Amino acid sequence: MVLVQGEPSTDDEGDRAMTTRVRWAEQLIRHALFACALLSIVTTAGIVWVLASESFAFFREVSPFEFFLGTRWAPLLEPRSFGILPLICGTFLVAGGALLVAIPIGMGTGIYLSEYARPWVRGILKPILEILAGIPTVVYGYFALTFITPQVLRPLIPQTEIFNVASAAIVVGVMIIPTIASLCDDAFRAVPRTLREAAYALSATRLEVSTRVVVPAAMSGVVAAVLLAFARAIGETMAVTLAAGMTPKLTLNPLESVQTLTGYIVQVSLGDTPAGTIEYQTIFACGMTLFLITLTINIVAHRVLKRFREVYE
Amino acid sequence: MNAEPLDFQPGLARRRRAGRLFTLALTAAGLAGIGFLIVLLARVLWEGAPSLSRDFLANFPSVLNPPKAGVKSALWGTVWLMTMTVLVSVPIGVATAVYLEEHAPNNRLTRFIHLNIANLAGVPSIVYGILGLAVFVRWMHFDRSVAAGALTLSLLIMPVIIIASREALLAVPQSFRHAALALGATKWQTIRAHVLPAALPGIITGVILAVSRAIGEAAPLLMIGALTYVAFVPEGPFDAFTALPIQIFDWCDRPQPQFHHLAAAGILVLLSILLPMNAVAVALRAWHTRRKAWQNSGI
Repeated sequence: MVLVQGEPSTDDEGDRAMTTRVRWAEQLIRHALFACALLSIVTTAGIVWVLASESFAFFREVSPFEFFLGTRWAPLLEPRSFGILPLICGTFLVAGGALLVAIPIGMGTGIYLSEYARPWVRGILKPILEILAGIPTVVYGYFALTFITPQVLRPLIPQTEIFNVASAAIVVGVMIIPTIASLCDDAFRAVPRTLREAAYALSATRLEVSTRVVVPAAMSGVVAAVLLAFARAIGETMAVTLAAGMTPKLTLNPLESVQTLTGYIVQVSLGDTPAGTIEYQTIFACGMTLFLITLTINIVAHRVLKRFREVYE
Repeated sequence: MNAEPLDFQPGLARRRRAGRLFTLALTAAGLAGIGFLIVLLARVLWEGAPSLSRDFLANFPSVLNPPKAGVKSALWGTVWLMTMTVLVSVPIGVATAVYLEEHAPNNRLTRFIHLNIANLAGVPSIVYGILGLAVFVRWMHFDRSVAAGALTLSLLIMPVIIIASREALLAVPQSFRHAALALGATKWQTIRAHVLPAALPGIITGVILAVSRAIGEAAPLLMIGALTYVAFVPEGPFDAFTALPIQIFDWCDRPQPQFHHLAAAGILVLLSILLPMNAVAVALRAWHTRRKAWQNSGI
């Protein structure tokens, strides 16, 4: 300690030595904390380096042209073919379907939480949303495969396949409802009270205040919430693998089985693929594609939040 | 402005009716999530409860004899993974948050670290699995061990811990720091004795939520090659392992219905770990928000 309680110290030498030691320790701690902070950059660098180096090896065997424009994905069977479009199609089909489920319910819940719900209802609904967000994705996969497809979809539409896009899209949609709902709720609550009161003073109803004042004022937050949820749906793995199946194909039919980028990566990792083979490298090429798609969406979401935020007062 | 009388039709009855319909729709949206949760839990209970027994917790998985199968190896694998993940990710994550909130100068590097952490939080978990496969399994030769799994999960939940801890630190009023510094405490003494204790409930809430996310993760563990059939309990950090979500995935993936019952029972075990953790986190936050009167008292 620099500060000595009680009698003023007469031992200047000792005090100075102590001060130096304390300073030194402070510097050491500061550097250690800084090193921890740098680890996050090392992680990103590691992801980029790992994905890029193995993808580079992959693209020496397969032309990027074939990879990004080819319409047949069959890397494990002869004759081999490395066109990634079927996987991308499957990924976007499931994620897009998930948004169809999640946007109305998530936004509705968000408006309800911020504009309609009494505090005690809010106090119950928010933790329940958190529980929904905390349920592991493999559980959603189990539910889609053993309940939604056989008990809900097939009785309604008999030609539904056992593995299908619709069941995957439904559970992934439910999975991202909490993301959309709570981010929208935050965005709506950040809209100043005065705006609402001005509209009420002009005799607008609560519906009109919500949809024509609050939602437009918080539009950047809503867009960002939807984009972040979309990125999560694209990166979702276990539920999609279990429910959507492992058939890479270019289709728009939600009742058929498809394969997503994540589903393919899981399929390869379940087998024992030796390092250095082309099958092993496809994991990294698909991982790279997945990483670039989600990164782009996340960056756009953060940009939207920053650039188009309405700043009040 | 013209002062002509306007032909204004308030149409109040129609607008009120629309309002009532909208309220109904919103309530339905709010209830949809709850309804789904109830159906899901009921289904899992219905399917899984009959298979749940003391033997289910004490037996190893068995492919040939499903009625005798259990989750012993998976349960212990999860316990090992979580212990190691917490030991690695919490100190580093909290230290990063302390650096960013208390020490970091406002320069380009700091802004880059902030942006980087926000982006890392959005990276799909399977990409962390690919990183773990290349770095921990192949490059460092940890093979398919608990250590490789725990390090991968640590990287995965680190951004969540950092973001939650930063928010907790940010909520500690500046006056706490000024008071300690004015009495001659050094920066670290201030942080250790005053800032961290005040931020602790928030940090713990964030850590519990992050760890409960890690417990449920299967994708990155599949990537680094966690085995689906393990008939032993790991005895050290470099042993092979399986984990509850992996075991559940394996059982779901088999077509026979008796394995789906096992999967449901496994889910019950997993949820009986996760749901209390979530409840504790939520309760802790509620308690802390109520106690945290200093935020509103204008000190």
